[in-house]
Amino acid sequence: MPKNSKAISCKNVWKLYGSNPSKYLASKNFNPTIKDLKESQYIPAVFNASIDVYEGEILVIMGLSGSGKSSLVRCMTRLIEPTSGEIYFEGSDLLKATDKELIEIRRHKMGMVFQNFALMPHRNVLDNIAFPLEVQGISREKREKRALEIIDLVGLQGRSKYYPRELSGGQQQRVGLARSLAVEPNIWFLDEPFSALDPLIRKEMQNEFIRLQNLLNKTIVFITHDFDEAIRLADRIAIMYEGKIVQIGSAEELITNPSNDYVAEFTKDIPRAKLLSVGSIMKTTKKLKDSTLKVNKSDKISSVAPKIISSNSVATVVDDNGEVCGELTKDQIIEILFSDKENHE
Amino acid sequence: MNNIIFERFKNYWFIYPFILLWIIKPFLPEWGVVPPKSCLGGCGTIEGMIPFVQWVNNLIDILRNYEIFGFFTFREFTRSIANLIDIPLDFTEALLYKGFNTIPLGPMPWVMILGLVIILGLYLRGVNLAILGGACVLYLAIFSLRGIWTLSMKTLAAIAVSVPLAVIIGILLGILGAKFKIAERLLNPLLNILQSLPHFSYLILVAIFCGVGAKAGVIATVIFAFPPMTRLTILGLKELSSEIIEAGRMNGCNKWQMLFKVELPGARSSLMLGINQVIMQCLAMVVIASFIGQPGLGHDLLARLQNLRLGQAFEIGVAVVFIAITLDRYSQALVLKEPKRKIEGVFWKRNPYLFGALIIVVFSFILSLLTAAAIQLPKEYTISISGYLDWGIKFITTSLFVPLGIFRDFLLVYFFMPTKAMFQSMPWVAVIVLVGCAGWKLGKFKLAMTVMFFIFLIAASGYWVRAMITLYMVSVAMIISVGFGVPVAIWASRKKSTTKLILNICDTFQTFPSFIYLLPAVMLFQISDVSAIFAIVVYASIPITRYTIFGLRNVPSQIIEAAKMSGCSESQILWKVRMPLAFPEILLGINQTLMFALFMVMIAGFIGTVDLSQEIFRALSFNDGGKGLVIGLCVSLIGLTADRLLVEWSNIKKKEFGLIK
Repeated sequence: MPKNSKAISCKNVWKLYGSNPSKYLASKNFNPTIKDLKESQYIPAVFNASIDVYEGEILVIMGLSGSGKSSLVRCMTRLIEPTSGEIYFEGSDLLKATDKELIEIRRHKMGMVFQNFALMPHRNVLDNIAFPLEVQGISREKREKRALEIIDLVGLQGRSKYYPRELSGGQQQRVGLARSLAVEPNIWFLDEPFSALDPLIRKEMQNEFIRLQNLLNKTIVFITHDFDEAIRLADRIAIMYEGKIVQIGSAEELITNPSNDYVAEFTKDIPRAKLLSVGSIMKTTKKLKDSTLKVNKSDKISSVAPKIISSNSVATVVDDNGEVCGELTKDQIIEILFSDKENHE
Repeated sequence: MNNIIFERFKNYWFIYPFILLWIIKPFLPEWGVVPPKSCLGGCGTIEGMIPFVQWVNNLIDILRNYEIFGFFTFREFTRSIANLIDIPLDFTEALLYKGFNTIPLGPMPWVMILGLVIILGLYLRGVNLAILGGACVLYLAIFSLRGIWTLSMKTLAAIAVSVPLAVIIGILLGILGAKFKIAERLLNPLLNILQSLPHFSYLILVAIFCGVGAKAGVIATVIFAFPPMTRLTILGLKELSSEIIEAGRMNGCNKWQMLFKVELPGARSSLMLGINQVIMQCLAMVVIASFIGQPGLGHDLLARLQNLRLGQAFEIGVAVVFIAITLDRYSQALVLKEPKRKIEGVFWKRNPYLFGALIIVVFSFILSLLTAAAIQLPKEYTISISGYLDWGIKFITTSLFVPLGIFRDFLLVYFFMPTKAMFQSMPWVAVIVLVGCAGWKLGKFKLAMTVMFFIFLIAASGYWVRAMITLYMVSVAMIISVGFGVPVAIWASRKKSTTKLILNICDTFQTFPSFIYLLPAVMLFQISDVSAIFAIVVYASIPITRYTIFGLRNVPSQIIEAAKMSGCSESQILWKVRMPLAFPEILLGINQTLMFALFMVMIAGFIGTVDLSQEIFRALSFNDGGKGLVIGLCVSLIGLTADRLLVEWSNIKKKEFGLIK
């Protein structure tokens, strides 16, 4: 993907819980080990995290519960104050922003969706969606007009007067999405937005999300603990473990080249054929074999598997310029399709 | 086997020092048996080791006589605040029963009140609630031969001023408490004391600083009624889900927007519950405030009770109960009321109830111009059945005189007297050691020190002997209440229908102002310890029943299923599964029972018992603020000691069961 300018840039961000953590961190020269922290009874929610979010990308932050992904995102939005580190939002130092500036940034540039929807129970759908506009002081007429537009966008036509308790979970989260989009934010934070939903509804909402993103093209930071969801939505995935970011990369990179056992364990149950490209498993060779079967280097395994298996011969791999760069055998594909779970370490 | 028994004995180690001290009482020095009387601050009327009463009275004198604000004294300051109360009070009194002086407008006609109450009931919940409200108003109007209507309106006029004041003060303090740690730290002990101080302690101080009459009654009522509002505001604001707060912040709310658009609306149900509690507390206090000249139902109830005109007292009592139930159900409907989707259209379609209310106001106003019967029900249509009631009560008491008398004397001689003697024979040092050991077992050093300090203060105040009589009455009443409430709860919790029935009865009984319970007690047992304890038992059985039911019903169904599949019989499930798991809740129930009993025992002093409450009544009639406050604090210290121990015990149990962290 093209590397655009950075929307958010985090450098060495720490969030520790315990007594006077910033003093402690300074005394350890900003480099304590996990063991140090445990001995001094500090809980690291975010452990020396450095990560950039590029404009227009979907960055998915993944990890199990307690891995610090929510804390990291809350540092990026300054819902919690990081203990130490630097965070730049659109080039300016977010940690130096005054309360007033922060309110302005949140009013105009950030939107956030929450796991349990966080709708105001005393407001109906329309008033919930218009809420961020209301606190800006926009007139009732204007904000309701805008809210109605977004209600249409997220497919809640006719429900504008309903109260949250009268809606299903999926519908409630549509309101949550709509509210966060009301101010047309530059960056969109989604904190496990679909985790509280049933699997079927979750799938539907993921599709809805993809549809919205195709229309809107936002910069997105998306938190999830569900790897399948991450694969479906992400441009890049950051995996967190005990507060640390252990690896950042595309889904394919995480699978083919996990940085440690934890990432490998995390990714081992994933159907690789859909993710891996031909190029990542081919045998490199410049020799042109006598083969009628040609596949592209960037094709996914799952899309070329049927013809290679049925043709019973070795396929020639070519790159985008049509030059031969390798070969792919039936056995290699079968291994990926059927036995990768056991063999992968 | 021996080992197990030994283990059991070891578990109760905290009792042994107490028992030992009690046994060796004859060998204890005099000062260890009864708290010594000394005179630290110069001898005089002071009784205790530490002259608290003297100190408080000195403070009151200073506040009363010295111009600490430069130009005026504290008392002048409080009196002028009290005079401010007259402004809204004049208005509600004029509206409800006096009529306006300045403009030619009478009080609200009774048909208007009837209509408005009905339409409010329809709006809040529906037909059933409206029927209840209507019936209440009708009762007040029809049984008004002896003036119940006007009395009720006097009481309601005071409530109408007290409730908004208490709610506003309560919410403001609650917001402070939720926002600032320091405020919460200061508020917590203050609220604890305010909520456990007997009604009468307030009354004496209010009488000293604000005078007597309706406005003083309102002030006492507000002070008594605001604590639950504060607590529920703090609770509601703190319990808001963190996501809602984050959503508010992410949408760019500033501090005021957060408070008014996110936090307070989000805490709505807690706040409404607070209002419900405030209303009920106000009603309870307004009745008792008659002791400092608050006119209304309480005043007449008190007078009739004193003259033993039980039939008339009963009629007024029913009116109080009726009002209590109605206010409670109406305000509960307010708690549960959720915002509704609005209907589009013209004014009366969008606001049908408001429109209805307007029609009622106009219609009943016109009616009141046409006939005086619409303003107040004419005397010839009102009734009083107090004559028949008197006759009935007389019949009951004369026919039951012998058996009830025997029952009463039996209880007195064989149960109450010995228990009283037992409590009075406990050396005070032993009692302190007992609570200290219990505190140590439950919460180590800090808890032990706290509760020992509390008990020491009681001993030092010079009211130890009286306090032990209070404790005796409360203990006896508690034993009976638990012995009655727990079996009822066990029976009730077996089925959904009985659970609902008993909980409803509890709810209803709990809404009655505690004063009401003296009525049947006096009817049955005249004036004695037995009638006092009877009143306490009836009142104090409510919380233990309610908490036990709650505990028994809240055992997770999976655990019950597991027990069934293990082959437990019904009684095994009860005794081996439900009861142990409900135990922490039952402890909390006992704690509440104690609080209720303490409140009631103070009021029962009114029908002549010789414990702390008698002293407090004496203080009330001599306007002795120091004594009133110190005795009140003694009562509240008994309550706080038990509260600390029982709540800690309950929490330990809950932690053991993994119910809380």
